[in-house]
Amino acid sequence: MPQLAAETFASQLIWLAITFVVLYLIMSRVVIPRIGGILEDREARIRGDLDKAEELKADADEAMAEYESRLASARTSANEIIGEMKATMAAETEKRRQEIDAELSKRQAEAETKIAEQRDSALESLDEVATRATAALVERLSGSADQDRVAKAVASVGEGR
Amino acid sequence: MAAGGHSPLEQFEIKQLIPLNAGGIDISFTNSALWMVIAIAAATLLLTLGMRGRAMVPGRLQSVAEISYEFIANMIRDNAGSGGKPYFPFLFTLFFFILFCNLLGMIPYSFTPTSHIIVTFGMAFIVFIGVTIIGFAKNGLGFIRLFVPSGVPIPLLFILVPIEIISYFVRPISLSLRLFANMMAGHTMLKVFGGFVISLGFVAGWAPLAFLVALTGLEIGIAMLQAYVFTILSCLYLHDALHPGH
Repeated sequence: MPQLAAETFASQLIWLAITFVVLYLIMSRVVIPRIGGILEDREARIRGDLDKAEELKADADEAMAEYESRLASARTSANEIIGEMKATMAAETEKRRQEIDAELSKRQAEAETKIAEQRDSALESLDEVATRATAALVERLSGSADQDRVAKAVASVGEGR
Repeated sequence: MAAGGHSPLEQFEIKQLIPLNAGGIDISFTNSALWMVIAIAAATLLLTLGMRGRAMVPGRLQSVAEISYEFIANMIRDNAGSGGKPYFPFLFTLFFFILFCNLLGMIPYSFTPTSHIIVTFGMAFIVFIGVTIIGFAKNGLGFIRLFVPSGVPIPLLFILVPIEIISYFVRPISLSLRLFANMMAGHTMLKVFGGFVISLGFVAGWAPLAFLVALTGLEIGIAMLQAYVFTILSCLYLHDALHPGH
């Protein structure tokens, strides 16, 4: 069996040592740092990208919150304006109503006094007409009429009214 | 033994390519040395060519390099713990050295350095010595605890401690024999069936040829598996050295 030929052992061991050490040096100096470096770089890159994504998400959340708060404040100020408008309009309407009321009651009062005046004057003229008619009647019947008595009689009838 | 010209063991013959002599010791550059050099050149080429681009998104070769890196890194982390990290370059080298020696040996007319017991024993012995030194350096005399299983009744220790000690010192032998025997048996079998194909000729030679094809696939699997087994056992020994208490 060639494996037991002891005279070849020294050469095999020497070349094993040489090649193994050379391979070890290549691996530990060149290959492993290179592969390890690229793996680390990649991991760092992925971690960095994830961090950045996290950051951007935080920014977006912040912007969203600001938008929400602005929307809310806009809503409240709109409500305020609407309330104010409502109040001013109500006040205005009330004022106008009162003015119209006052105008109307003034006109009513004027109309009432006018009506009362006209009635009074109508009543006065009624007395006169009644006296004259009565006097004319009395004169036709009796031939003569005492103006004063006729007036008194008419007045007394009028008082009984 | 290998008297005939076509012995299945002829392929394991060491042939001097460049005779060298240092102080009476024969250190000739042989076919074994040549294939070790080719193996480390191929491993270096694969791993440096693959990483040449250093792309953020790896291509095929770069993926191979990265996956093998992470494969060995995970193997050490899972089997030796985080304390095994400083030995990563050695174990990475060990894996690739054995893997490429085994795989290149599958090329017809090539030579498999790992089919020689002295080569596998050399590597196993380095692992054994290294692990023992690390064990004593990290734990001092506490490393002796490795031979004393905890939670065992005292009388049993008289049996168990010698067994533990023997199994510890058998490690380099079992480690080297496993790789050597697998490589040698596989290549011998391939040669034997190759001989059948020739001797049975065109008529009946097809059956052994089909078997030979299947066997070649199996041998490539074994080439990778044995590199893995050698490395993972080294990891486990390293774990024992770093954490001797069972």
